[in-house]
Amino acid sequence: MKYVDEFRDGGAARVLVRAIERDLDAGRRYNFMEFCGGHTHAIARYGIRSMLPAAINFIHGPGCPVCVLPIGRIDSAIELAQRPGVTLCSYGDTMRVPASHGMSLIKAKARGADVRMVYSCADALGIARDHPERHVVFFAIGFETTTPPTAAVILAAAAEGLENFSVFCNHVLTPAAIQNLLDARQEREIAEVPLDGFIGPSHVSAIIGSRPYEFVAEKYAKPVVIAGFEPLDVLQAVWMLVRQLNEARCEVENQFSRAVTRDGNRKAQRMVAEVFELRETFEWRGLGELPSSALRIRPRFHDFDAEARHGLAYRAVADNKACECGAILRGVKQPRDCKVFGTACTPENPIGSCMVSSEGACAAHYTYGRFRDIAVRAAERAA
Amino acid sequence: MSPVRADYARPVDFKHGRVDMSHGAGGRAMAQLIEELFLRQFDNPLLRQRNDQALFSPPPGRLVIATDSHVVSPLFFPGGDIGCLSVHGTINDVAMAGAMPIVLSAGFILEEGFPLVELERIVKSMAHAARQAAVPIAAGDTKVVERGKGDGVFINTTGIGVVPDGIDIGGDRACPGDAIIVSGTLGDHGAAIMSLRKNIGFTAQIRSDTAALHTLVAAMIAAVPQIHCLRDPTRGGLGTTLNELAKQSGAGMLIEENALPVRPEVSAACELLGIDPLYMANEGKLVAICAAHRAASLVAAMRAHPLGTDAVRIGEVIADDHHFVQMNTGFGGRRVVDWLSGEQLPRIC
Amino acid sequence: MCLAIPVRIAELGEKETAIAEIDGVRKEISLALVEDVRVGDYVLMHVGYAISRLDENEARRTLALFEELGRLETREER
Repeated sequence: MKYVDEFRDGGAARVLVRAIERDLDAGRRYNFMEFCGGHTHAIARYGIRSMLPAAINFIHGPGCPVCVLPIGRIDSAIELAQRPGVTLCSYGDTMRVPASHGMSLIKAKARGADVRMVYSCADALGIARDHPERHVVFFAIGFETTTPPTAAVILAAAAEGLENFSVFCNHVLTPAAIQNLLDARQEREIAEVPLDGFIGPSHVSAIIGSRPYEFVAEKYAKPVVIAGFEPLDVLQAVWMLVRQLNEARCEVENQFSRAVTRDGNRKAQRMVAEVFELRETFEWRGLGELPSSALRIRPRFHDFDAEARHGLAYRAVADNKACECGAILRGVKQPRDCKVFGTACTPENPIGSCMVSSEGACAAHYTYGRFRDIAVRAAERAA
Repeated sequence: MSPVRADYARPVDFKHGRVDMSHGAGGRAMAQLIEELFLRQFDNPLLRQRNDQALFSPPPGRLVIATDSHVVSPLFFPGGDIGCLSVHGTINDVAMAGAMPIVLSAGFILEEGFPLVELERIVKSMAHAARQAAVPIAAGDTKVVERGKGDGVFINTTGIGVVPDGIDIGGDRACPGDAIIVSGTLGDHGAAIMSLRKNIGFTAQIRSDTAALHTLVAAMIAAVPQIHCLRDPTRGGLGTTLNELAKQSGAGMLIEENALPVRPEVSAACELLGIDPLYMANEGKLVAICAAHRAASLVAAMRAHPLGTDAVRIGEVIADDHHFVQMNTGFGGRRVVDWLSGEQLPRIC
Repeated sequence: MCLAIPVRIAELGEKETAIAEIDGVRKEISLALVEDVRVGDYVLMHVGYAISRLDENEARRTLALFEELGRLETREER
């Protein structure tokens, strides 16, 4: 058992697709939001949409931490990187995101700022240990999967008494984002794309467990199936959601039982709770200010908080008016509904957050799905 | 040849010496370096003319010329180095026209302070690659730049080849219905280079596939002279090359993921980094497109050659005004293999 | 949240580290976020950290479901 090929088997895929087809209610559409970048990637990479009947519709939710990171926060990171004596470490995902004044981390690096791409926050800690003459700042982004590693390095830095290491914290929370978009949808009376259920994130759930999603089923009456990130997992989750809807059930089911439990990873949760606390509010690109949706470093670890240590002033930066990312992130519009999709806004020249990361709805659609739009437009013209 | 000319006081110190500005200044130091390193290692009748240019009569036929500059870092990697890479790369560019390479030139830009022991290693590797390929390095140049202005060494190689009569290979010749064939496993070179990057932090037994493909190409056109397209998928990988060919030929493509040959270690390294092997560089592989009814003979001819033992048909050219390259995934779905958007960086998301 | 892959624990190291292995590729990872991990176990690895141990029994149960579906289908077709 290697946990990979077994969950990519084409034969089992065909069986699951037929099971889904058999269980579909004729004449209705099933609209499922997939929240997690891993799912966006799996659906795109394996061509899952092309295998499923047209009645199944995937909506991409705001589960991409790069996409929801406000430009102003990247500006702050670039500003930090340009300070003498500072080494800014960043994951690859954030390096090319366009910020204000045509800058990005990679452009700042080209102009002489000490910006280094790291695969792990542990590498940033290593650079701090090896270079006591530099101040190393780690640019932390990510949902609950990525937060525990950041907690681990802050705890390690504190234990060692490192004086030249701090973290610029932009960690955000999944249940808060889901709740916000459900609230926003409830407020609007206008008919929009219906949302029938959620494909719950794989790796976030390995950390937080399945319990935090129970409010979605209880309070908002939407079923949730937590799915693994291999394509068979995604198909099975779709099938489980279809059955819940058909049977008028509304539960949180766990398809990814090989890695997710109801309680989640308690050790990781404890470490996160020790290092971080909730921010009252935080700006999400495309979604606005969300309460209790993000984390900051606790006062106890003040020395490792880059915002506190370096006196960063935050300036909010508005998105382009033509950008429909807010609506797309909430699942009420599709990439091809945006006027600038594929024209002014492309992966090489992203205008809005959904195009910025390869997991963003628009970037994923551009790279993998826009050939289907052509068939759709041709059909619409012919009709 | 006598080892050390009487004019020079001491032979070049290849063990402990370093490149300095005098090696590019045109004077005695430069002449000595050229004599004791480049001319000695590359030695061939054309070089023995000892002029600033090499005079030769080309065999009859149409000529092709190709040039490549090599800036790879790190300079040494499992399976090769910048030296043999620069020889193979240009030989391959020439060979992709169906041409037999007949001569190479090599220009070096050396950084002040670069250790001569490494330079010698690189030059010996180039000489070995050129001799194995039976293509002489007939002309060259050396310049030195100040410390900090180069990455150790940059190499430019240019090659000239002759295309046999009756061969007409070009990127615009693919037709709907044609078969698409690759000569072997994908992504080896890119993965080998990636695995050496310090901040990646994994170890893997992945070797670059750098190789000169001209004898493979000769065997291929002997079996199937009517090949339509040949290209080596270097930077940007197979995904980029197929998109280039699709656009040039004004057609689309459909390939089968299950047919793509990828070594398990390369696949694993790509999974770890979130990078697609379709876009990883190959330095000893080629893509061939030919009429469908000739595909079997072409694959057989390739498999009979040591550099083509894993050759396999991976898909077909189709009519498509949008020139999309599509792929049937191993899972059963279909997706587009798009142009690479910028350099692939490892991702967490 | 996104890119995590299953890797096998090949060796345990000092200070909550381990060598993980996948198809011949080896990488040092941190076990700081998990407990009771042994050589031969599979874990989900994200940014160089093990975030969860993979439960083999649960994995087999999930796979068995696919097989069961396939058998049901064949029975219905007869």
